[in-house]
Amino acid sequence: MSRKESTFSNMVVTLFLVTLVSSAALGFIYELTKKPIEDALLNKRTLAFNIVLPEFDNDPVNEMYRIAVEKDTFSLYLGKKDGKTVGIAVETASQGYGGEIKLIVGFLPDGSINEVAVLEHKETAGLGDKILKSKSDWSTQFEGKNPEDFKLSVTRDGGNVDAITASTITSRAYCEALQKAYNALITGGEQ
Amino acid sequence: MSQWKNFTKGFIKENPVFVLFLGLCPTLGTTNSAINGIGMGLATTFVLVMSNLVVSLIARLIPDKVRIPSYIVIIASFVTIVDLIMKAFLNNPGPNFEPSLYDQLGIFIPLIVVNCIVLGRAEAFASKNSVMTSLIDGFGIGMGFTFALLLLGSVREILGSGSIFNIKFIQGDGILLFVSPPGAFLALGFLIMLMNKLSRKIS
Repeated sequence: MSRKESTFSNMVVTLFLVTLVSSAALGFIYELTKKPIEDALLNKRTLAFNIVLPEFDNDPVNEMYRIAVEKDTFSLYLGKKDGKTVGIAVETASQGYGGEIKLIVGFLPDGSINEVAVLEHKETAGLGDKILKSKSDWSTQFEGKNPEDFKLSVTRDGGNVDAITASTITSRAYCEALQKAYNALITGGEQ
Repeated sequence: MSQWKNFTKGFIKENPVFVLFLGLCPTLGTTNSAINGIGMGLATTFVLVMSNLVVSLIARLIPDKVRIPSYIVIIASFVTIVDLIMKAFLNNPGPNFEPSLYDQLGIFIPLIVVNCIVLGRAEAFASKNSVMTSLIDGFGIGMGFTFALLLLGSVREILGSGSIFNIKFIQGDGILLFVSPPGAFLALGFLIMLMNKLSRKIS
């Protein structure tokens, strides 16, 4: 099998052609999957709203407010029924053990936590991933609690939250994310 | 070598994980459940088959000194395609908002680019063999890899979570060690031992 000689022009032309064809193919696939990817992300968010908010009849994506607290900006989504706000979903995040933990927290209008859904996490399987409802009922201890009188930190730090065994860092991060969401909610309520 | 032998060599004789010890990073990283193992294996198989096909087609046209960069560009393109497709169609969370397959495999999908099985097959096999032979080789090695990941994922899920394919058969936790990274090394070590014993018996 005779290969092409490695002259300068041969190499330049070959690399140019290879990258050209590759990028054209990638652009084509990108265009093709653009819509389904957006749909999948939207679907994920809608699913999260259905979990964290009480029954609503509007589209929370259209009732979005950006609230800045200190250095961070939070997205708040209002869930309404018959024109009345029945719940507020707050997107929040914090640094966990394996990476960022992204949550959507649903609050009732009185400021108490309704439900929490985990959007993204990289916590250890079998330990830190107990923050997921599908893995354990640890996260149910927050439901119905109002952070005004429920201290969002683990018992070891003087709070009211039972940490996950062997996953204190994850539990702390989860509480921190909830606290941030609550702060954003309070700031948003004032505005 | 017959094409059938060419296909089956990936399972026992030249299994990338148990015999060649290639691609151990995704092997250890993604196999905390059987379904993750299959997902990772199939994604890698797709990249292997496609890159073997393209490399065997154009190997003759590529000057020797730039062959590695060219192969990497080809492989990276297919990996990005897999990533986009999985992000679009395997990205639906479960009914209780369990993370989707795409979210669970996470960073390991883009990392197929640097999986040495893929570049290894392109450089050592596809660039020297005909299109058909390379295609079958890619598929065989890919399925062998999937088989290894499925085996390791099943063992770790059964011991670590007390379930198989997300179906629980014991209450509560299993031996948590096996879902964490050290357990991956342990389980893989014992599997390699068993595979060695098995392949010696066969030959």
